[in-house]
Amino acid sequence: MIEARLLTKVFPDRQRGPIRGADAVSFSVAPGQIYGLLGANGAGKTTTLRMLATLLRPTSGAATVAGFDVVAQPDQVRAHVGFLAASTALYARLTAREMVEYFGRLNGMAAPALRARVAALAAELDMGEFLDRRCSDLSTGMKQKTSIARMLVHDPQVMIFDEPTLGLDVMTARSILRFVRECRGRGKTVVYSTHVMSEAAKLCDVIGVIHAGKLCEQGTLAELLARSGTPDLEECFIKLVSGGAAA
Amino acid sequence: MSWRTIFTIYGKELRDTLRDRRTLISMIAIPTVIMPLLLIGAGEAAATIVSKARAEVPRVMVIGGADSPGIRAALEKSGKFRVEDAQPNWRALISDKRLRAAVEIPPGFEQALAAGAAPAVTLYDYQGELKSGLAAEQLEDFFVGVRTKATTAFLAARGLPPTLARPFEIRQKNVAPPEKVGGNLVGGVVPYFIIMLCLIGSIYPAMDLTAGEKERGTLETLLCSPAARTDLVLGKFLMVLTGAFAAVVFSLVSLGATLMVVGSALGAGALARNGGGPALPAIDPLGILGVLAIVLPVAVLFSAVVFSVSLFAKSQKEAQTYLTPILLAVIVPSGVALLPGVDLTLGLALVPIVNVSLACKEMLSGVWHWPYLAVIFGSTLAYAAAALAWAVRMFRREDVLFRT
Repeated sequence: MIEARLLTKVFPDRQRGPIRGADAVSFSVAPGQIYGLLGANGAGKTTTLRMLATLLRPTSGAATVAGFDVVAQPDQVRAHVGFLAASTALYARLTAREMVEYFGRLNGMAAPALRARVAALAAELDMGEFLDRRCSDLSTGMKQKTSIARMLVHDPQVMIFDEPTLGLDVMTARSILRFVRECRGRGKTVVYSTHVMSEAAKLCDVIGVIHAGKLCEQGTLAELLARSGTPDLEECFIKLVSGGAAA
Repeated sequence: MSWRTIFTIYGKELRDTLRDRRTLISMIAIPTVIMPLLLIGAGEAAATIVSKARAEVPRVMVIGGADSPGIRAALEKSGKFRVEDAQPNWRALISDKRLRAAVEIPPGFEQALAAGAAPAVTLYDYQGELKSGLAAEQLEDFFVGVRTKATTAFLAARGLPPTLARPFEIRQKNVAPPEKVGGNLVGGVVPYFIIMLCLIGSIYPAMDLTAGEKERGTLETLLCSPAARTDLVLGKFLMVLTGAFAAVVFSLVSLGATLMVVGSALGAGALARNGGGPALPAIDPLGILGVLAIVLPVAVLFSAVVFSVSLFAKSQKEAQTYLTPILLAVIVPSGVALLPGVDLTLGLALVPIVNVSLACKEMLSGVWHWPYLAVIFGSTLAYAAAALAWAVRMFRREDVLFRT
């Protein structure tokens, strides 16, 4: 469960003055639901998700993730969150197994349970072939599988994906989307940020459109289209971010 | 703070670092190789250069002295010089190293000498140039011989004994124990290298674990874990400290092994010149342990500073830019022990790096000023603690962690 209330992040900037990376963002996500955060580059998606993952501290507002407060209980929040972003890379000099085990240990997992968990994840994600190869020698698809295993090792209740398909080929991107759906099927609470309309339309139960740090509108795809009076999500998005006029 | 988490992070960083060739070079290879190179290579090279210079028969020129043919003939006859014909550009020839030295003989020199007057000869050399200096030295020896001969002849002609001009002899003998001679000779150089290696040993792991992780995107992955920020800093910091301390340990082990196996070229040479004595050990072995102990807080200080500065950088390249001035700033204080006549005082015992440089020199010479050592250890530890607190503070700053 995620509950964000008026979540705001202001970045000081000497030249441009204070910049509101996220401005009073409020939404909630229930278990078994995928919440899509749709926005252009620099709209505030990453800032919002980083606050939920406790990588950034909110300037104001509040949020609870899996029942823990992001400001008062950041360590507990991270213990219940799996975070995957295009910017979360792997340690090139570690093997895929060492990488996953390292994050398992950081999550306080005991050795026998961790070994069993890594074996189960390797079987589930079909990692057996490259589990003991260094991450520097893995293909993009193998790296994504390793990142997913790293994200899942402690079996988090909440999954946060920040543009996870950015720069990936179609096949790898499809496997990521399939995996996100599986998370929903297992009852996980999922937040998924993207700027790709088709991804949001196909995947998300609820979509929040974010622009200039503000959440302009949120609802199911059908609700968004009905409220905006547009035929598809792209038109709806353009209308919302351009202040009412669809192209 | 969880020690289990700290050691999990440290264990991973150690494994990761041991797979990084660049860090291994700065942490192990360079410190291990530099001491034998310094003690044997540099000593041997210097000895070879000096002996080669001494073996050369220098070209010298006699300026003037046309009316004193005996002096020129004696110079040629000595076999120690190749006497060139006088040329007006003799100064340029010395500068161009085509001539090693020149001697100016005043008019009527031999006549004045016979009359008991005190004429002056002038020697010309190129100061700081080894072969020129040696040639001038040889010329001086030659003219001192001429002077002694003239004095002896003068006294003999008057029925006086030669001891009248040299009533007693002066002998110089060494009373310093071997390790003090060796310590004084290499005691300034060793701390300099130890301190510099300690810094260099910390630089690569620090850059790799901070700016390098930012650049590669792994820092954000790590920040997603439930590990507390303080645990992350301490785990990573321990790895940087390991790099710094490993560089010191490898260099000291290499130093000890070099001294044990081949002896100290510098120390042994000095002892031989001072009347012999045992060649080993030329450095107090306890001093090596003392250096190891006193360098530990310096390693903490360097590791924390280098860690914080590297963390601030966006990339390893930027970190290198920030760390270069630090490297240069450490060169001067770490070389203080090389300066002659600088001794430990209470004031200097509080100056970071300078204090350790001087203390290392003393300990390697077998001198143990316990009150000063306590002040140095305590003050360096305090500086190190402040630097570590700064590193922890830096790791809590979002604008530093996400400065990409």
